[in-house]
Amino acid sequence: VCRLHGRYHEMAPNVVPMDYTKDPDVKLPMQLIINMPELKENPFKERIVTSFSEDGEGSLSFNDFVDMFSVLSEMAPRELKAIYAFKIYDFNTDNFICKSDLEQTLNKLTREELTAEEITLVCEKVIEEADMDGDGKLGFADFENMISKAPDFLSTFHIRI
Amino acid sequence: KEDNDSNEEDSDSQQNRASRRKNYQRKNRDGKKAGEEGSKQRDRGKKAPTKDQKESENKEKKTTTKGKEGENKQKKDRRNSTSSASSNSSDEESLSEEELAMLMEQVEQKKKLISTMRNKPWRMVKKLSVLREAQAFVEKFEGALGKGKGKKLYAYKMMMAKKWVKFKRDFENFKTQCIPWEMKIKEVESHFGSSVASYFIFLRWMYGVNLVLFGLIFGLVIIPEILMGMPYGSMPRKTVPRAEQATAMDFSVLWDFEGYIKYSALFYGYYNNQRTIGWLKYRLPMAYFMVGISVFGYSLMVVIRSMARNANESTADGDDDNFVFSWKMFTSWDYLIGNAETADNKFASITTSFKESIVDEQESNKDENIHLRRFLRVLANVLIICCLCGSGYLIYFVVKRSQTFSKMQNAGWYERNEVEIVMSLLGMFCPPLFETIAALENYHPRIGLKWQLGRIFALFLGNLYTFLLALMDDVNEKLAEEDVVKNITYWTLLGHHNSSVGNDSTATPPPLDPADVPRGPCWETTVGIEFVRLTVSDILVTFITILVGDFIRACFVRFVNYCWCWDLEAGFPSYAEFDISGNVLGLVFNQGMIWMGSFYAPGLVGINVLRLLTSMYFQCWAVMSSNVPHARVFKASKSNNFYMGLLLLILFLSLLPVAYTIMSLPPSFDCGPFSGKKRMYDVIQETIELDFPLFVAKIFSYVANPGLIIPAILLMVLAIYYLNSVSEAYQRANGELKKKMQMQREEEKNKRNNKTSTNPMLQDLDDLITPSTKTESQPKQAEDKKIESPDRTSPVRKPGKGAVLDGSPMTGGRGAALAPRSHVFVTQPVTPGIWAPYPGQPRPRGPPLGLVPGRGRGQPRY
Repeated sequence: VCRLHGRYHEMAPNVVPMDYTKDPDVKLPMQLIINMPELKENPFKERIVTSFSEDGEGSLSFNDFVDMFSVLSEMAPRELKAIYAFKIYDFNTDNFICKSDLEQTLNKLTREELTAEEITLVCEKVIEEADMDGDGKLGFADFENMISKAPDFLSTFHIRI
Repeated sequence: KEDNDSNEEDSDSQQNRASRRKNYQRKNRDGKKAGEEGSKQRDRGKKAPTKDQKESENKEKKTTTKGKEGENKQKKDRRNSTSSASSNSSDEESLSEEELAMLMEQVEQKKKLISTMRNKPWRMVKKLSVLREAQAFVEKFEGALGKGKGKKLYAYKMMMAKKWVKFKRDFENFKTQCIPWEMKIKEVESHFGSSVASYFIFLRWMYGVNLVLFGLIFGLVIIPEILMGMPYGSMPRKTVPRAEQATAMDFSVLWDFEGYIKYSALFYGYYNNQRTIGWLKYRLPMAYFMVGISVFGYSLMVVIRSMARNANESTADGDDDNFVFSWKMFTSWDYLIGNAETADNKFASITTSFKESIVDEQESNKDENIHLRRFLRVLANVLIICCLCGSGYLIYFVVKRSQTFSKMQNAGWYERNEVEIVMSLLGMFCPPLFETIAALENYHPRIGLKWQLGRIFALFLGNLYTFLLALMDDVNEKLAEEDVVKNITYWTLLGHHNSSVGNDSTATPPPLDPADVPRGPCWETTVGIEFVRLTVSDILVTFITILVGDFIRACFVRFVNYCWCWDLEAGFPSYAEFDISGNVLGLVFNQGMIWMGSFYAPGLVGINVLRLLTSMYFQCWAVMSSNVPHARVFKASKSNNFYMGLLLLILFLSLLPVAYTIMSLPPSFDCGPFSGKKRMYDVIQETIELDFPLFVAKIFSYVANPGLIIPAILLMVLAIYYLNSVSEAYQRANGELKKKMQMQREEEKNKRNNKTSTNPMLQDLDDLITPSTKTESQPKQAEDKKIESPDRTSPVRKPGKGAVLDGSPMTGGRGAALAPRSHVFVTQPVTPGIWAPYPGQPRPRGPPLGLVPGRGRGQPRY
């Protein structure tokens, strides 16, 4: 945790206090956090930061910061990671991963190199594979059911710091 | 009121008490905000207010003495009671038995909450506060639990337990920090992804294993011999023979591991066969034998433990093809990547992989020319088998030739090292050859990779075993020679005594200088030398390959690119990719050779440790400086057990030759710790007879009776069979349960599509995200879903009704719509009597009647 605090502090030395016993109310804006080397290349960095931030705007207090890295660490249990992964991929935060969310995910993943029909094909296949309750989008139960069987979810959804 | 209290306490369940207590705390808020929580107050989530209620409650508790009784009373008038002062009133001094038990329950609950805190998806703030509160509660009341005289001891025990937990945690932290090369591997991982890093993790693991083996051998065999055994030059076996002494220090001789190195503690021949040495009475031959066996035992244990751990972690259970696209979308991005170039590559590879899957999907209906494909595959396999046989014969031929060379006096450097050179060259050129032939086969890349690995494995195996056979020929020759030399030695010694004593036969003759005694051919040392030479040449070839193949190539491409016709970086040579599978196989085979040779050359493991150490640094440097990340993603997760499996196979294969030689070949008569015995394992018998009390020997002789061993073996075979069938049954039951769960879940969701779910996990999720508007389910897609997904599950369900199931989809034009819910439909046309044997399925009977009209909508589509 001390290491994390060090990293947090060095992002904005003027703002972040060294002494946390008085629980100051300090938040770092999204821009600073996105530029961290661990997150810089991640296509989902904005979504990650947003889903861990309390106010939904993307500013992280130190507690949120620690929260984020603890969920993304190796030791976090699978269910916890699944919950947060669901939040990250839910772009319009409607508690469902609908087709537009999928399209956005895909575009971010492939940097928009797929043609439109390929995109629709993939999204349809995903919904077809994972949607259990037949509502045309992925609820949390569907997502969790699908991701719990994925062999490399734990190893890819992991940031070392 | 007191009676009421006690009555109610008796009758209430513990859970109710706990929840009521929490309720009480929640409702008893007095707007007393703890300073730390103030700025972090959040509006959403009804759990948020409880934290500072609990804090305030805690503080109140701390100020009251033994407020329990009072609180119990307050529990009864719970709802909307805002009297905080009531908690201060009517405190009683003594704790009754039931309250004690209840308090213990509370403490246990809090402890459980603390230990599972990690898994809860609450905000960090909430977690922290709940944790603090629970800890304070536990601390306060734990000490109070012990009554009277037991109190102090109890508190002391608790404190020691907590200190122990803290110590363990600190120790774990320390251990994590001690893991070597963590930063280096992280760097490689971020540039090249998790698959390349898995090779380095494997390398590090091997290093650990080898270090332990080295410690074992070094500490128990080499050190005692050096410290307490006879020094160099005192005995024939420890001295360089007179004939060789002239050249013993030459570098070329040393490089071949002859000369002084041959007669050192590194090899088997140095060791004396004295039963006990030194003032400790250390039984060296026994130790040598036991260490040799325990090397294999320890390796086996470690490999199997690692395999079991890997098997536990991989949870993919055969639903492999069901979620191809979903997994690609959600798990293909490796969050560990922190480098722009790697990220670019990853994007490209993800795109390519999506395109591949799309093409696969579209092509899966296309019918290829099966016959042509089969013919090509058979052709490719035939070619490859030819290659393998050819390489096997080549090795055999070369080994035979090297035997004739060793008889020649002035064999050049090439002739002496021919075997090793040929084997290394084969290892270098055959795999790419296999790859090009495999292009004929047109497999899916992952399957193609497995075939490739299998073929390279076969190649190396064949080579190794041919090498061993040639070696065995050599050994047999030496054994024959030995008899001759034995006689010579005997007569020489006799002659020497006679000549030096002269007429006086009672005086002790002056000892013959050890260097002059004629020496037997020590076949064990020869074997050891061969293995060491092979290992060293393997190391050299690997390093040179990396240097030339990767580094020089990278330099060439980088610098010559300016003045070359075509783009070297994109075109032909370009930068090398890190060949994971080749490297891992090389490592595995190297380890196999170490295992085989360590019995005859104790120093071999030390050499290997050095090699692994330098290899780690060297390869890390080479990868970072001259390799580019893979264009195609190699999934690291599943292959881990594959490599462990290979390692296990190699372990067994390397155990066989050693066991064979131990059991059936007589040791040399004048070198090694077992010299003079008929068989090497005689040392065990000797030790048992002489060192242990008498009854132990009797016990062993009874146990070794074949009449006892054969039934024991039969029993073990039966146990294996039984366990195997039990595990199969469990797996089947597991599969059935899973399908059942899936079906049930689908039906539930279908029924309650628009109602809010009562799943606690979803409730937690709701707390964190603003609740959304629930959109209506689209019936068309619902039908699609219901029909398609159960399709995959139906064939397995209800084996007892298999006949009926098979019948219904075929009959009539209802087609696919019928198949998934066939267990539903079957009940309609067939009499409900069939359901009788399945009393455990009351549920599905309900929905079918309601769903039939739903089905009706879907049917006309088919």
